[in-house]
Amino acid sequence: MVLPDTLLFAMEAALNGLLSGVMYALVALGFVLIFKASGIFNYAQGVMALFAALTLVGIQQGQVPFADLIHALTGVEMHGFGWTLPAVVAIVLTGIVMIGMAMVIETLILKHLVNQPPIILFMATIGLAYFLEGLGDTMWGSDIKAMDVGLPQGITGWIDESTNSLFGYGFYVDQLNIVAMVVAAILVTALTLFSQYSKQGRALRAVADDHQAALSVGISLRFIWVLVWSIAGFVALVAGIMWGAKSGVQFSLSLIALKALPVLMLGGFTSIPGAIVGGLIIGVGEQLFEFFVGPLVGGATENWFAYVLALLFLVFRPQGLFGEKIIERV
Amino acid sequence: MNDMSQAAPTADGRKIGGVLMEMKNITLRFGGVKAITDISFDIREGEIRAIIGPNGAGKSSMLNVISGFYTPQEGEVWFRGQRRQPMKPYEVARQGIARTFQNIALFDGMTVLDNIMTGRLTMMKSGLLAQALWWGRAEAEEVAHRAQVEKIIDFLEIQAIRKTPVGRLPYGLKKRVELARALAAEPKLLLLDEPMAGMNVEEKEDMSRFILDVNDEFGTTIALIEHDMGVVMDLSDRVVVMDYGKKIGDGTPAEVRANQDVIDAYLGVAHD
Repeated sequence: MVLPDTLLFAMEAALNGLLSGVMYALVALGFVLIFKASGIFNYAQGVMALFAALTLVGIQQGQVPFADLIHALTGVEMHGFGWTLPAVVAIVLTGIVMIGMAMVIETLILKHLVNQPPIILFMATIGLAYFLEGLGDTMWGSDIKAMDVGLPQGITGWIDESTNSLFGYGFYVDQLNIVAMVVAAILVTALTLFSQYSKQGRALRAVADDHQAALSVGISLRFIWVLVWSIAGFVALVAGIMWGAKSGVQFSLSLIALKALPVLMLGGFTSIPGAIVGGLIIGVGEQLFEFFVGPLVGGATENWFAYVLALLFLVFRPQGLFGEKIIERV
Repeated sequence: MNDMSQAAPTADGRKIGGVLMEMKNITLRFGGVKAITDISFDIREGEIRAIIGPNGAGKSSMLNVISGFYTPQEGEVWFRGQRRQPMKPYEVARQGIARTFQNIALFDGMTVLDNIMTGRLTMMKSGLLAQALWWGRAEAEEVAHRAQVEKIIDFLEIQAIRKTPVGRLPYGLKKRVELARALAAEPKLLLLDEPMAGMNVEEKEDMSRFILDVNDEFGTTIALIEHDMGVVMDLSDRVVVMDYGKKIGDGTPAEVRANQDVIDAYLGVAHD
C-alpha cells in the first residue's frame, strides 16, 4: 500500500499522541479518584507521584533517607546501605510508605477539617504539596535519578515491522507507552469496579457527598479517608513509576500535574473514563496540532495547545465531556 | 414528674417493654451557654416518644446527644442496660441508633436506592479484599441486603423513584428517603428530627402514617422531635416537654396537655 508521506507521518504522530495521552491520564486518574471520593481537589497529586518515585528509587538503591541532614547535624557520613533490592520488593515497600503517608495526612490535616467547605481542604492540599516537595528533597536529595524497575523501553519491534510491511514505512512507538496503556486499562477497570460495586466504594461516595450523613449511617470518616488517600498514593506511585521510567526521577515531575489539569477539564473532574478519554484527546490533539499547525507558527505548540483546548471547554462545557452536571434546586 | 411507673400496653394493643435508653441528668454547654440543663428521661422499648418545646428549647441538642454528635459535659447515657462511654456518631450508629436530620442530610449525587443501601453498610460483613475482588460471598451479601432494601422501598411507597438521584427530588420525598435510609439499618432506636417540618397537610398525614406503621409493623422504638402539636398528640405514647434547656413536663399527651408549666411555655404567661 502506498500512502503519501505526510499521511504516514501524521498517523505515526497520532498513534504516539494516543499513547502519551495515556500517560497524562494516569496522573489525571489520581485527581479524579480523590475528587470523587472526598470532594477534595488534591493539588498535591503530582507531588505525591514525585515523592513515590523518589522513595521507590531510594529504597531500591539502598539510599539512606535524610543522609545530608544527618551529616549536617551529627557529622556522620552515610551514603547508602549498599543493597539493591528487586523492583517488586521496592514497589511493595513504597506502597507501604504511601499508606503510612495517608494515615499521617488524615491525622494531621483531614481530621481537623471535617465539615469544612471544599476550598479550605483544597488550600490544605496546596500546603501539603509544598511540604511533600521539601520532604522528598530532604529525604532523598535533589539530583536526577534513573528509574530502573525493568520496564521495557525502546522501539516496539512488531509495530515497526508490521507497519513497514504494510506501508513501507515503520512507525516508531516506544514500548514504555504500550506498557502504560496496559497498566492504565487495568487500573481503570479495577477502580471502577471498586467504587461502583463494593461496600467501601459506596461508603466512599457517601463520604464525598455529606460528612454528617455518612457519620449517621455508621461510616468511620477516618477509615474512609485513609483508604482514599492510600489508593491515591498507589495511583501516584504507578504514575511516578511510568513517568520516572520515561524521563528520569527529577523535581520537574511534580509539574506533570499541570498537564493533568486540561485533561480533567476535558474529561470532567468526576469521571474515571473521562480522565482516560480526556488524556487521549489531549495527547492526539497535541501531536496533530504540532504536526500540521506547528510549522506555520514556529513550533512548540504542545506547550500551550492543551491549555487553550481546556479554556474552550470551560467556556462551552464547564462540566467536561463526562462530568456530572451540577444540579441545584432553588 | 409524671413518669409512667411500669410497662403497660397501649390502647391499641401494642406492647411497650422495659427501658431501652435512659438519659440521666444530662447537661450540655456550648462555652458559657447552657443548651441543656440537668435533664433526665427514658425511652421504653416499642414506644413512640416525642420531645417537644418552643424554638431554642434544646430539643435538637438532646437528639444530637443521643446520636453522639454532641458529648454532654455532665450526666450519663444508658443504652440497653449499659452506661455508654462518650462515642463518635458512627459508633453510635453501629450500636443500632439511626437518625434523620432536621435539614435533611442525604447523599445528593447518589440514587435513592444507593442512599438507602448506605443504611445497611454497617451490617455488611465482607472484608475489603473480598469486596474489591467481588468474590461470591460479597455478591450474595449484596443481593440479600438489596432484597431488604426493596422491602423498605415498597413499604414507604417510593418504588417509582428508586433510580432517581436524590438531588432531583422534591423536599417531601427527600424526607421519606431519609426515613428509608434510617430504617434500612434496622435500628433499635430511631431518632427523627422534625420529620414533618416544612410539609403540607397531605404530606404530614402520609408521614404520620409511615411513622405509626414503622412502629407497628417492625416494633421500632421511635424518639421524635416535632413542632406540630396536633401531630405529636396523635402519634406519641409519651411526651417530654423542654423549655430553655430544662424539662418542664413528661407524661402521656393528655397529662402534658393539662400541665400548667407547659401551657405557660407555649401560650406565654402574664407577668405582674
